[in-house]
Amino acid sequence: MDSTILTTVIMLGVLAATLAVVLYIVALKFKVAEDERIGETENILPGANCGGCGYTGCRAFAEALVKADDISAMFCPVGGNTTMTKVAEYLGKKVEKKESEIAVVRCAGSCKNRPRVNEFDGAVSCAVMAATYSGDTDCSYGCLGKGDCVAVCNFGAIYINGETMLPEVDEDKCTTCGACVKACPKLIIELRKKGPKSRRIYVSCVNKDKGAIARKACKTACIGCAACRKACAFESILIENFLAYIEPDKCRLCRKCVEVCPTGSIIELNFPPRKPKIEVQEQKKDNINSDITTN
Amino acid sequence: MNKLIISPSPHIHGEFSTKRLMRDVIIALLPALLASFYFFGLGAVKVVCISIISCIVFEYLIQKFLLNITPSINDLSAVVTGLILSFNLPSNLPVWLIIIGSLIAIGIGKMVFGGLGNNPFNPALVGRVFLLIARPEEMTTWPLPLALATPDATTGATPLAIIKEGLKNELTIDQIKASSDYTFSYLDTLFGQIGGSLGEVSAIALLLGFAYLLVRKVITWHIPVAIFLSVTVFSGILYLINPNRFIDPVFHLLTGGMILGAVYMATDYVTSPMTHKGMLVYGTGIGLLTIAIRTFGSYPEGMSFAILFMNALVPLINKYMKPKLFGEVK
Amino acid sequence: MIKTFKRGGVHPPENKISQKAALERIVPEGIIRIFISQHIGAPAECIVNKGDKVKVGQLIAKANGFVSANVHSSVSGTVLGIENVADYQGIKKTAICIQVEGDEWEESIDRSPEINRDLSKTSEEILAKITEAGLVGLGGATFPTHVKLAVPKGKTVKAIIINGAECEPYLTSDHRVMLEKGEELLIGVQLLKKAVNVNKAYIGIETNKQDAIDKLTKLSVNYNGIEIVSLKPKYPQGGEKQLIKSITGLEVPDRALPVETGCIVANICTTFAVYEAVQKNKPLFENSITITGKNLKVQKNFIVRVGTPLSKLIEAIGGIPENTGKIISGGPMMGRAISNMDAPTLKGSGAVLFITGDEAKRGIKSNCIRCSKCVAACPMGLQPFLLYRLAELNMLEELKENSVHACIECGCCLYTCPANLPLVDYIRLGKTRAMKLVVKPK
Repeated sequence: MDSTILTTVIMLGVLAATLAVVLYIVALKFKVAEDERIGETENILPGANCGGCGYTGCRAFAEALVKADDISAMFCPVGGNTTMTKVAEYLGKKVEKKESEIAVVRCAGSCKNRPRVNEFDGAVSCAVMAATYSGDTDCSYGCLGKGDCVAVCNFGAIYINGETMLPEVDEDKCTTCGACVKACPKLIIELRKKGPKSRRIYVSCVNKDKGAIARKACKTACIGCAACRKACAFESILIENFLAYIEPDKCRLCRKCVEVCPTGSIIELNFPPRKPKIEVQEQKKDNINSDITTN
Repeated sequence: MNKLIISPSPHIHGEFSTKRLMRDVIIALLPALLASFYFFGLGAVKVVCISIISCIVFEYLIQKFLLNITPSINDLSAVVTGLILSFNLPSNLPVWLIIIGSLIAIGIGKMVFGGLGNNPFNPALVGRVFLLIARPEEMTTWPLPLALATPDATTGATPLAIIKEGLKNELTIDQIKASSDYTFSYLDTLFGQIGGSLGEVSAIALLLGFAYLLVRKVITWHIPVAIFLSVTVFSGILYLINPNRFIDPVFHLLTGGMILGAVYMATDYVTSPMTHKGMLVYGTGIGLLTIAIRTFGSYPEGMSFAILFMNALVPLINKYMKPKLFGEVK
Repeated sequence: MIKTFKRGGVHPPENKISQKAALERIVPEGIIRIFISQHIGAPAECIVNKGDKVKVGQLIAKANGFVSANVHSSVSGTVLGIENVADYQGIKKTAICIQVEGDEWEESIDRSPEINRDLSKTSEEILAKITEAGLVGLGGATFPTHVKLAVPKGKTVKAIIINGAECEPYLTSDHRVMLEKGEELLIGVQLLKKAVNVNKAYIGIETNKQDAIDKLTKLSVNYNGIEIVSLKPKYPQGGEKQLIKSITGLEVPDRALPVETGCIVANICTTFAVYEAVQKNKPLFENSITITGKNLKVQKNFIVRVGTPLSKLIEAIGGIPENTGKIISGGPMMGRAISNMDAPTLKGSGAVLFITGDEAKRGIKSNCIRCSKCVAACPMGLQPFLLYRLAELNMLEELKENSVHACIECGCCLYTCPANLPLVDYIRLGKTRAMKLVVKPK
């Protein structure tokens, strides 16, 4: 009995020792020399592997950060300025502060505003739908509502509103990684400046058709009437192909354009309500002096 | 006029649907089902009904309350699982064991992997093997067909089990066949006058179903034929080496759920390979393993284990047995 | 002997209900809009201006580069302008709009009904005529014909194959052309043979068009080196690679052009257009369009001028029936659903198919049960279930490894799928994405 135990112990001991030696040799032989700063940098990064920085993942980005002499053009949208400052401190390089951004969906063609004229019955994917035809409404530029942006979002920051069938961005969760921007076949989603207190104004339409055609397809289409450009005191509004675009750098958030837009395609977010709201609306109508409806 | 429908091509669809395929499998099993009713009487009816109902109920409950998805019992796949499971059970199995078997089949065999289409192993076989290992006593006490039963002997061993037992006692095949326990002729095994589980007894009824499945294009010939061929070849070689120690191929083909397994269980879509080439490899493997288990293993029957084992190899087979690309340049 | 290809394929119900309807003409009127890009390749360059008077058959847009095709006016009248016009799918493209005034043809076009049997033209002359006439493949792909007939250096062509398979259900326009224009067709074949200097031509016809087989077999006695081959009906027999395999038994090597097997394939309608272009000097400005559907009262085969609004054809058959669920341009297997009824027809529009609501709606998608029916149905030897999954997950490298490039988008996989998975939808998407994939330098 004793000898059995003894033999077993010796056998196993020898085996363990042999394997340990083998492992040690292998480890020595195949050791990969690596800059330890890469690992440390990767630890500072958020680890979301979203690709928002333009690299395949956090690891690749960390490698690039360590390698590059000037990292001011590189940015991690998820970690934002805090992370980039930390990385810069650790690597002893310089970064510039970047204004925080957020994804905005530039289409307001809800089911109510933009009637569906046919029914799509293929795979539930905007990309498939866009490759098939112009879309299930008369607007060939607007949101298809099949949720490719939702599918690619790693952060659960974008979802389809069941009532309007349009995607909405959750401000707290959006990291501006830009995945949705790339996924949208209609190029509707844009990364815009988040603005002070998250206040921002943008044209929620990308329709480049002539006013009458656009309006027929969708009640909230931008018809390129240029009322907003006239109202803007800061020349922040560009109109091209019957479509207005508010330049975020020039916009001072005065909200005048919102008031004059006849179709309600300019959207203001997170502003305090206008005091007393009803009067303002009536005033606005008087100001424009026309029969154009608000909203 | 309604809104026009727009979709990418193609705009028409063929006759296949999951439900239709499942329904065809059920129809193909009907002759064997009726045969089992005829041979085993009410006991068989009871086992089949309980097995099917509990499979449906478990599938519904798990999908509805555990997975929170819309139950898909409409596709009839649970019925097929229940039916095939019951075909693998003796007709005198206690009710609670049938229910446990169904729970294991549906719950562990299918749902934990994500439901129909994702299970690596044939659910009915998972249930059956679980029961076989957990309660070997009940699972191997085979009631004799009504016609064979006498007041003294209502149960008996399967032909394979008798031969296995005899071989253990150092008898030759001829001696076993001459003994009093062994009362079967080949004709009996063909029509079902033998002891065994519900569905395995009547070879002719099962083959009738096989023909139906082929005609309806539910399955292709590749898997069953590969199994039959490899069983014939492998057991034939053994038989030629020593006819006293090894049973002849015809006996192997007609007994022990060989046909049930080859036609209805090995061909389960989810757990069989995707290409014809792969199917041939898979079928050959099942045949070899079955004979190996039957001849050299401790179990008299090896079909279930062979199928489950090959199920595990299916991903590997799929990886290496790809279809040949049109115009492939070698 | 009846031939066919071996691997994959399906055989949907044929429903060739319009094969008895003789070809009819639709008189052009109102405004005709002609796209400057009606072919694969670079769009043609517009050479008319607003207010110009044009005649039928006059060149209005010139081929821009080698892989491009001329576009001719299909009517006589005044050019109203060059506008963005929505096509069948509602996608806007540049088109020349012409107000129809009378029906004055270019003098060079021979409008006499006599068949011109003169085969004295040289290869170069024939090719020049084809190029000039703006011919494109009328089987659906609309690849410029002169490009197809330009044999790459170092390759030899042994035979011309004429595609009369018309394997898509419902479609009958090729069938009608074979029946009504048999003689012209055979002259067209001789011209094609001469153009690429070969002595052999095969016309492959499926046996569900036995009358066409009989007629052409009888006529072909008078022409050397034309063999009519009976084919077993099976989809996608009309696919270029499948047709070559069926008739010659040769497989076009992966990633290679069909000319590698020494064959050049041309469609029936294209061959007829070759005859008209070479012998009658008539450019491609009209084509035959089948209007069919089980819910239509009348089945029609029209000859339509390019650029006629689709709504006009629908008018001619008495409007859209109440129970229509889907309208398709082309066959039910590879055609594209139409969302815009005002769109003008194209050179390549071969059919307009009406399908009822019940038939049009796809079944509810369920789990893949790995039945491998798609693998068995794929004529290209691919694994659709796998490609589908990879495309859904956007795994482009893996898609390439699994030869997604070979997919011909025939739709057999989806047709046969019991779980109604949108296989080909995603594979098509994955294919376009994977083929464009550029590996970023690190």
